[in-house]
Amino acid sequence: MVTSGRDAPRPVSAHAPVIVTSPPLLQVRGLVKRYGGHVVAVDRVDIEAYAGEVLGIVGESGSGKSTVLRLLNLEERPDAGEYFFDVPALAGRNLFTLDRMAQRRVRTFDIGIVYQNPHLGLRMRNTSSGNIAERLIVAGERAYRTLRLAAREALAASEFPLDRMDDPPVRLSGGMQQRVQLAKAIALKPKLLLLDEPTTGLDVSVQALVLDTLKRLQRETGVTTIIVSHDLGVIRMLADRVMVMRYGRVVEQGLTDQVLEDPQDAYTQQLVHAKL
Amino acid sequence: MSTVAELASSNRGYSYAFLDEFAKRELRRRILKAIAIPGYQVPYASRELPIARGWGTGGLQVTLALVGPDDVVKVIDQGADDSVNAANLRRFIARMAGADTTTDASRATLIQSRHRIPEERLQEHQTLVLQVPDPEPLRSVEHDISKARLMHAEADYGLLWLSLYEQLVRYRRVTLGASYPCLVHHRYVMSPSPIPRWDVPKLHQSAHLTLLSAGREKRLYAVPPYTDVRPLEFADVPFRVEDQRGWMCYRTGLQNKFMNELPQTGGGAIYEISDTGFVEKVLRKVPDREAAGSTPAQAAVGATYYDDEGRFYIDGYLR
Repeated sequence: MVTSGRDAPRPVSAHAPVIVTSPPLLQVRGLVKRYGGHVVAVDRVDIEAYAGEVLGIVGESGSGKSTVLRLLNLEERPDAGEYFFDVPALAGRNLFTLDRMAQRRVRTFDIGIVYQNPHLGLRMRNTSSGNIAERLIVAGERAYRTLRLAAREALAASEFPLDRMDDPPVRLSGGMQQRVQLAKAIALKPKLLLLDEPTTGLDVSVQALVLDTLKRLQRETGVTTIIVSHDLGVIRMLADRVMVMRYGRVVEQGLTDQVLEDPQDAYTQQLVHAKL
Repeated sequence: MSTVAELASSNRGYSYAFLDEFAKRELRRRILKAIAIPGYQVPYASRELPIARGWGTGGLQVTLALVGPDDVVKVIDQGADDSVNAANLRRFIARMAGADTTTDASRATLIQSRHRIPEERLQEHQTLVLQVPDPEPLRSVEHDISKARLMHAEADYGLLWLSLYEQLVRYRRVTLGASYPCLVHHRYVMSPSPIPRWDVPKLHQSAHLTLLSAGREKRLYAVPPYTDVRPLEFADVPFRVEDQRGWMCYRTGLQNKFMNELPQTGGGAIYEISDTGFVEKVLRKVPDREAAGSTPAQAAVGATYYDDEGRFYIDGYLR
């Protein structure tokens, strides 16, 4: 049976494999980003991610993985490259060439991001619920009660303790801050969720809990997710497919199990063994 | 009354209306631009004046650029015509421009004000100049001025709504008193200068021209006549003016005008209408009526923005 991923809501990916016939949700070609003339942070990277898929990007510090994520979130302009998003309003348009307003709309409605450093993603002195409400406000919601409800719902979905929803993130623990970020990212039900080292800096037990939440949310919502991490454990747990980056280039990619169990590239072998 | 030619003659030692012609031209051009783009902050070359920044130099420059010998000038400071600042500015403008002065809001053609808009409805031939200490409504949410400018350009005012949200979460009501941000002509959010919330609706679809000018910040902006001005509000938490129901002015016996609260020894308080020009007119009118027309009714109290029951004159504007 061939299912068109477009018509039917995608079945739960982890349990029912289907043949994907739809074009990838996200297609990036020839991505290049240089800093200061001679630093090539990202060098001709191609990325494809299908609807409902979790794509992991691993690599050492400075390999360009976070830069890729910033470019995907339209925070910076690349020096070259095309970025297509398979949603009706944006079909066939290179997101990198959209004007600022259109880019902002994409970032508001279609992309959610969780940063390693919560200071980048949150307003630390506003209330946690306000951080989520802001996204809805930007999307045009103007009813206070709706904002409250939506904030509560998103925070509940990311398993945040609701009795602290009006505390500012500065007064929350690291794990809770990441949950607020996650709630903010998923509040508008984006098509693409970007996770930049979401659990780095958390202790192991909290890390496990946050990862559980991420995994559950991803499975429930079927949101296409790109997760960047240097921690192979995180990648192994979450990602369907993995890309290994070094010096701004993709050195190897494939199914997570395949790449991590049977690495072909010398660098990937090193990476995997260093971990084990 | 003196003519411009006399007033402008060099033997007075000053340019007409104090500012040199280049300064006046600069201001007039900026004013035209501000009127053309309602609510947009136009930068201008703010001059030195014989008063300190923060004392109304922005408003004074606009007034001096507009005033002519036929104008009738009123200056308001916190609702009063007789405070030091108002009295000095009024005397200065009159001396430099040969203009007539008044305390009667309906007789004035040019009103420079700090903190208040008169209670009586202003008319089409009148211009209101508001002194603005801080023209940037985004200052409280974005301290980087270049980012704030970008936010204006993109009409990205989410943070202002967020600050309202936060106030509702923390205090269950909007705690902004003065300078309540409002959306002008469905485009730019402006700070209406530190007027109380009570005065903000008066800017909406007003017959008069309002010019707002900040001398230190070197920015001016305008609300042209008959322009929409909407305070930011949530669909289910409407904008409210100050609740002064039950307050009665001890001088006039009126209610539902903006009041000053005067604390009394013993802990109580009495109230007086903040707009002294209006009080003067009301008080003058009362004996007139008793004398049954023995003196010509020189200054009938005009229609006010809020009636005696506190209803705003535009139906349905305040929910």
